[in-house]
Amino acid sequence: MERHRKKTSFLSGLAASLTLFAGALTTSASADEQFFPLQSYRVGPYAAGGTGFFGGTIDYFNLINSRDGGVNGIKLTWDECETQYEVERGVECYERLKSHANIAAWNPLSVGIAYAMIDRITQDKVPLITINHGRTDSTDGRVFPYVFPLLLNPYSETSGIINYIAAKEGGEANLKGKKIVVLYHGSPYGKETIPIYELLSKKLGFTVQQIEVPHPGNEQQAQWLTIRQAKPDYVVLRGWGVMNPVALKTAQKTGFPADHIIGNVWSNSEEDVIPAGDAAVGYTAITTQASGAEYPVLQEIVKTLYDSGKGNLEDKKRIGSVYHNLGIVNGILNVEAVRIAQEKFGKRTLTGDEVRWGFEHLHLDEKRVADLGAKGLFHSINVTWDNHEGDGRVTFQQWDGKKWKVVSDWIAPDWKLLRPIIEKSSEAYAKEKGLKIRSAGDADKVTSIDVKGESTKN
Amino acid sequence: MTNFDPAFFVEVLVGGLLSGVMYALVAIGFVLVYKTSGVFNFAQGAMLLFAALTFVSLVEKGVPFALAFLVTLAVMALLGIAIERTVLRPLVNKPPITLFMATLGLAYVLEGSAQLLWGTQVHGLELGIDDKPFIIHGVLISSFDLFAAAVAAGMVALLAFVFQRTRIGLAFRAVADDQFAALAVGLRLPVIWSAVWIAAGFVALIAGLLWGARLGVQFSLSLVVLKALPVLVLGGFDSIPGAIVGGLLIGATEKLAEVYLGGYVGGGIESWCAYVFALGVLLIRPQGLFGQRLVERA
Repeated sequence: MERHRKKTSFLSGLAASLTLFAGALTTSASADEQFFPLQSYRVGPYAAGGTGFFGGTIDYFNLINSRDGGVNGIKLTWDECETQYEVERGVECYERLKSHANIAAWNPLSVGIAYAMIDRITQDKVPLITINHGRTDSTDGRVFPYVFPLLLNPYSETSGIINYIAAKEGGEANLKGKKIVVLYHGSPYGKETIPIYELLSKKLGFTVQQIEVPHPGNEQQAQWLTIRQAKPDYVVLRGWGVMNPVALKTAQKTGFPADHIIGNVWSNSEEDVIPAGDAAVGYTAITTQASGAEYPVLQEIVKTLYDSGKGNLEDKKRIGSVYHNLGIVNGILNVEAVRIAQEKFGKRTLTGDEVRWGFEHLHLDEKRVADLGAKGLFHSINVTWDNHEGDGRVTFQQWDGKKWKVVSDWIAPDWKLLRPIIEKSSEAYAKEKGLKIRSAGDADKVTSIDVKGESTKN
Repeated sequence: MTNFDPAFFVEVLVGGLLSGVMYALVAIGFVLVYKTSGVFNFAQGAMLLFAALTFVSLVEKGVPFALAFLVTLAVMALLGIAIERTVLRPLVNKPPITLFMATLGLAYVLEGSAQLLWGTQVHGLELGIDDKPFIIHGVLISSFDLFAAAVAAGMVALLAFVFQRTRIGLAFRAVADDQFAALAVGLRLPVIWSAVWIAAGFVALIAGLLWGARLGVQFSLSLVVLKALPVLVLGGFDSIPGAIVGGLLIGATEKLAEVYLGGYVGGGIESWCAYVFALGVLLIRPQGLFGQRLVERA
């Protein structure tokens, strides 16, 4: 089952380029495997993020296969299909890979591709994982049974950032009268948090000004001159790709201090700060997972895979980087969902709906996280049938010019405030689409495969 | 905007003009090739990426800055010759749309090759130019943008000298005026086209380094062509002064529009308002502000 191992070397780069046009390679199904279709992006404008994230997920899958022989003997397999982060390519990859047997979950790492897949995967009854991104209201498992914005949805991210700024200012009360500018990417992803910033500003008494940067964000002079005139206390950077280093450089050019810029969860990687050079020193960003390779699970990956030339990253210096570690956490969550579902349905290959059940019972407390070798890498998660985010905690990291340093404890977003807003939005979606609101009893009905290979309902 | 602040207006205007110089740097590469061969080289952005990625990768491997520059220049020269031999020469006398499509394909090949050779990682690039701002009469000025403007001015002067004062420059102009007449008087088109593509490679390297220092050296560098297109429409596809003036006008217009009009329409308008402006000019003056008017005799 080593066919899926993919080294990001010169030759694999060639392979990645060729698969742009050739499409996904198909693999034959086996009864003792659990398959993950990976709509990855290893070339194109967001390749740096794609290689890190999918490299991390694949490294963890490889670790499970090499060290444990799979999940309870069930090998993890996968095929990559290059999307270049483009929605139409992502959907094409979905169409090519959807007929593969034993699909556990989809992990496209793209808001656009995820949006395009929601109806399709709901019909297929296969989970769609949008770790740290996606539609905020898909947190509501009553309406979105197969979509999982694990760890952090955009509203929780917003709440976490405001809580952090409040802590820096000495408490929520001190936010009154402060001015915050949100500089957001001109895309559905960037615009997702506009309403929640407005709501929080009214609730907490700060003023907010939200400024759009057109895609891709390689020119921001006008926006930063506007910020200079507005004289805000903080700027929240809700960027993606090239927009982030350009924001930091332009901030320096217009005299705004980097240590008063707070990046969101997609503005928090080494790829965002290294191109900005000195302009990024002091910049702080939110994250759900720490960077660094000192965690036991990372050490095992290095020892088991990289020391024997089986690691997925071409550049070993990227081991423990933000995207690589996010990919590893994503791998852990996928694998644990399968493991939990196996405890319920048997140690065998599962259907997508059974894996969905596993995700809806994904309780990893701090002890379990430590047992998995990830203590300090991420905090915990507690996904339920109606809460598909799982109450992930966030922390903040500051760039010192060479590496990220954690500068806060694990912070909890204000879930009580957010939940009614999420439910209002998801219920409106259900009404618009004519969907039935799911109950706990509905969530426990699972489509399985009987011994004859036919679908049954438990 | 409730209160009009003249100093802020000047600041936005100056910032826009200096940004426009950066757009013009990319546009000049297009003009060079179009002016001498009639080919709209859609691969100019990919060449920019290829040049910057080659340069920064060499520097990261320990090659001294100046040597890395010269080696990259040599690589771009070889690339120019290779493009002439393998793409342009077989397509001589084909319709312009065929040549355009060939450069479109070339763009993908170059983008893929650059990433294949040097990887997909994002690289930082420091040119040793401090980008901390300074203030003149209350107006914020970027030292890096001033440096870029000086480089652009130097490049225009160099190109003007080459076009006006050298034999190869005269040959460029002759080919641009009439290819068949140029052939008839003994000019060797393949040599001239190779020289033009080498020059375009040089412009791509300069623009790539300046844009790379600003954005980081990454795939998105190839997308800066989107900033050059309205500049070309406005200034004319075959005029180097047009590229400069077009760049300044587009830069100033989009920044002022974003700051003073963006708030009324939700913001984020600068990327398309430049095209609207260019389209308006196109309707009034199809050849652009400085482009040559084509006169066809029946």
